[in-house]
Parts: sequence; C-alpha cells; structure tokens
Amino acid sequence: MNLFCVGLSHHTADVETRERFAGHAETDGILRGAGCTEALLLTTCNRVEVYAASEKRVSTDEIARCLVRNIENDRSEYAPPFYRYEDEKCVQHLFRVASGLDSMVVGESEILGQAKKAYESARASGVAGPWLHRLFQRAFRVAKQVRTHTEITRGSVSVGSVAVDLAQRIFGQLSSCKVLVLGAGETSERTARALVSRGVTDLRVSNRSSDRAQELARLVGGRAVRFDEWPQQCREIDILITSTSSETPLLTPKMLAPMLRDRVDRPLFIIDIAVPRDVEPSVNEMHGVYLYDIDSLQSVAEQSLALRRQQITAAEAIIAEHVADFGKSISDKLNCKASSAERRALGETPLHTSEL
Amino acid sequence: MDRQLLIVSTICFLAAIGRTIVSLRAGIFRPGQFNFLAIGLGFIFQTAFLSIRGHALGRCPLTNLFEVFIFLAWSVALIYMLVGPVYRLSLMGAFTAPLVVLLQGFALIAPIDIRHPVKLPANPWLEFHASISLVAYGAFALACIAGVMYLVQERQLKTHQLHSIFSHLPPLTDLFAAITRLLWWGFALYTLGLVSGFFVGQPLPYVQVVCAFGVWLLYAAILQGRHLRRLAPKHVAALCIVGFSAALALLWGITFTAQMQSLP
Repeated sequence: MNLFCVGLSHHTADVETRERFAGHAETDGILRGAGCTEALLLTTCNRVEVYAASEKRVSTDEIARCLVRNIENDRSEYAPPFYRYEDEKCVQHLFRVASGLDSMVVGESEILGQAKKAYESARASGVAGPWLHRLFQRAFRVAKQVRTHTEITRGSVSVGSVAVDLAQRIFGQLSSCKVLVLGAGETSERTARALVSRGVTDLRVSNRSSDRAQELARLVGGRAVRFDEWPQQCREIDILITSTSSETPLLTPKMLAPMLRDRVDRPLFIIDIAVPRDVEPSVNEMHGVYLYDIDSLQSVAEQSLALRRQQITAAEAIIAEHVADFGKSISDKLNCKASSAERRALGETPLHTSEL
Repeated sequence: MDRQLLIVSTICFLAAIGRTIVSLRAGIFRPGQFNFLAIGLGFIFQTAFLSIRGHALGRCPLTNLFEVFIFLAWSVALIYMLVGPVYRLSLMGAFTAPLVVLLQGFALIAPIDIRHPVKLPANPWLEFHASISLVAYGAFALACIAGVMYLVQERQLKTHQLHSIFSHLPPLTDLFAAITRLLWWGFALYTLGLVSGFFVGQPLPYVQVVCAFGVWLLYAAILQGRHLRRLAPKHVAALCIVGFSAALALLWGITFTAQMQSLP
C-alpha cells in the first residue's frame, strides 16, 4: 500500500495557481478512478492537498489532473508547482500541517479545524478508509500534544488579537470594561468584535456619520453615541479604539489631563489604528495611559511570531517521536493481522518495505 | 540538625527558582503547581526549624539576627501561601523564592547565629510583638515583590517591548489589587505589633520607637494616598519598594542594637 500526499501550498504556489487546483465536486470520484483506494482532499486558503492510499503508484500529474477546476481549458503541465511526500514523509508532513508548523502564521489553530472537517467529510462520503483514519486520528493527537507541550500558539499575531491580549494584560477580566469605538472603520470593527468575544458588554460607537455609528453598534451589539459627546465618554471608558479620518490629532495630552484626574487608579488603554494618527504620541507618557498605534500593534505581533518560531524545534521533536511510533504501530498491526499469504503480497508493496 | 533543615528548605526554594529560570529560557513557562509545591515544602522545613529552635530556647525563636532573618523568610512564605491562587500560580512564586533564598542564604552564610550567653526569659508580649511585626514584614515584602512586578509590567506596556516574561505576569489591575490588599494586611499587623510593643514591660529605646513610627507613618501615607486617589498606581508600587527597604533597615537596626546591648 502506498500512502502519499500531493499538494500545493503558500510555500510553493501563488493564490492563482492554488485557485486553479482547488478541486471540485467530482474530485473524490476522479481520485478513486485514478487508482486511489482512499483519498482525502484538504483545501484551505493557503493549501490544496490530497492525502491518499493506493495499491499502485498514482503519479503527481494524475492527481493534479483530478484537482484542476476547468480541465477542458487547461492543457498545461501540472506537476511543477506540486510537492509529493510518500510514506514516512507524508506522515510527517501531515503532522506538521495539523500542528500549524507549515502554516503562513506559525502555530495558528484554524488548520486543525479545517483538517478535522476535511476528514469528517471524506469519512462520510466513504473515500477515507482505515489507513487515512489511523493517519488523521494520530495527526489530531499530535497537534493537540504540540499545542499543550510547547508555546507554539502563545501570543497574538493579528492586530485585533494583539489589542485584546494587551487589554487583558492591563485589565484582566474584560467583562467589566467600558469600550468606546471612535470612527467606524473595518479594523476597529474587527477589534471591537474581538473584544466582545472576550466578554466586553459595554461598547459604545461614535462616528461623524451617525448612520454608520448605529449600523456598527448594531453589528457588534453596542450602542451609538453622538460624535460631539465622545470627549465626555472618555471619562468613563477603559478602552478607546480610534480610527477616524481626521487630519489632525483628536486627542492631545492637554485635552486628556483633566479627564485623568478623576481616574487616577484606573488605566486607560488607547488603540489608535488611524492613519494619520488620532492621538498625539506624547499621550503615552501620561500616567496610567497605554497608547498603541498601528505600528506598535504590528510590532507586538511580530514579537509573538518570533517567539512562536523559537518553539518550532520543540514541536518538531514531538512530531518526530510520533512519526516513528506511527510507523512502528502500522508495522505491528500488519505483522499481527496479515496471514502469511497476505504478508507475501504486502511484501511486494512499497509500504511494507519501508514500513511507513 | 536544625541548620540542616534550613539547608533543605533553601534547596526547595532554589528548586523553584531553577525551574523558573529553565522554563523562561526555554520560553515555555507555564503557571503551574511546581513553584507552589516547592515553596510549600520549603515552608514546612522552615517551620520545622523554627519549632525545634523554639523548643530549645523555650520561647519564640527571635533572639538574634539569624533567627530574625529566618522568621522573616518564613513570614514571606506564609503570606505567599495565603495571598491567593491567582498570584501564587503566576510569576509571583518565581519572584518570591529568590527573596526567601536571599534572606535564608545570608542568614546561613553570615556569622550571625550568635547564641545568647544567658537564657532569655520568656516574655509573651515581647514575643507576640516581635513575631506579629515580622509577619507584617512578610506582607510588606510581598507587596514590594508585587510592586516590582507592577513596574516591570507597566514599563513593558509603556515601551511596547513585550518580552517573553511579560506574558506570565498578572494583569496590571490585579497586581494593583494585590498590592493594596497586602499593604492593608501588613499595615494592620504592623500596627498590632507596634501597639503590643508598649506592653512588653521593658523600657523602649527612643530611636527605635521613632524609626518604627516613621515606617508606620510611611505606610499610612501610602495607604492614605491610595485611598484618596492622590497617588498613581505606579507611585504606590514604587513606594512599596521604598517602604520595605526602610522597614528592612529598621529591622536590621533594632536587631543589631539589641544584640549589642546583650553582649557582656
């Protein structure tokens, strides 16, 4: 039995190529027709991969042909952008993918959910059998262990999650925090949503266009506040997210100083994602005020990413252990179950000789 | 025998420090039970030492600088146990252990375990005064540690330089709540210790009384500033460090002069 993976990812192909080979409704059937005993298609925004088991070798070109979306208009060479991993390398690759080591953002956990979904779908349609079942169940276990025993998922790597993470470092529980969103841009909406998902219930939205303020307030479960009222709101709130298109700073130390007098032991976290900035940088020098603009949020995300990269070695060690153990368990199972005749038959296949 | 218990206790605290250093270097520090268990074990050995020494002396073991340092280290560990799991399981444990090792290590190495030539008579008020004051010092020590943590966290948030250690520190507001709680505990115990000092039945040295009141006034001022919201949390945290340094200097002075007076 051959166990192999053929695919494209953000490492090897651009988005156009990935779109071309993203598979289609009949891919499973075509893969079967091409000689795959079992097959599973994993498609995400960053990768298109086929995991398959077959009695005889199925070429990379054939797999690519199964994936191409518009075969009539596509007569080009397929193989070059594809990678292929067989047996042990295939197992190792899947473990790395499921653990988030092969992802664009190292350690992201979305891929695990996508792999689970792909496996469930393949199992339900009957194209995934015992080989892929064992392989994927082990991959999910490995991914869980990597997440538990290393810091690969620690730290935030997007602007929204960095902002939420920082808010938690300042306030702890966010459920009692009052948030004001000033300017109803896309990034501030995402940040506000992230805060709501971590427990914020008191969210106010203020925008020059009151319609847009009301719309965003409705979307994130907050309430709209008139734009001329936002300075008064600053006395009450704990977190301010600004993203207006103002050409001059809206918030200066002079303006903020009287507001801070009433809240000496309550920190104020300001997330300024506007360009040009809405808040004068010197505001950060004031006691109890923590100001982060878009550059500093991105810099924090970079630091987290660097920390995650440091964890790759530890994660690889866990994966290597599981790859060896998985190969051994498959080999034991084959030895135990196969009759001597079957063993002879299996002996001719590459899987038995390499034992994964 | 009793010193051996103390050495074992110090090793337990060192284990907590070692584990933290190794985890931080590997970048995988996780708030866990190890520090709590190591410090708990160290605390048990400290208690055993103080118990044996107390039985041998027939009174609370606070007769020389060595015992005072050990009692202070014991108080720090005791307050750490009582302070609450949120702080215990964070880096607070990692910050507490070095302070205890410093106090205990110094006591073990320095030639300060000088036995009194004559057996001191038991004086319940004096023992109560000394022991309760030292437990108050333990609370002040932890307030000082929480203050250091607050300043580290605050600095990192202000400068946007978030090192790996940053992610394991408790949130600023939680740290400030811990500082306030520890200051109130310490202040209440210290006041009790100060008042009980007037019942010891011995004339009190004027300089010591003035210095003790100075420390009491300093902490009262910090709490008053905090209560009236005149002091920013950052200043409260910094003053906790100043206050504990002053208290430690006073403790040293009191014990040193007491030892000098007892020498023939």
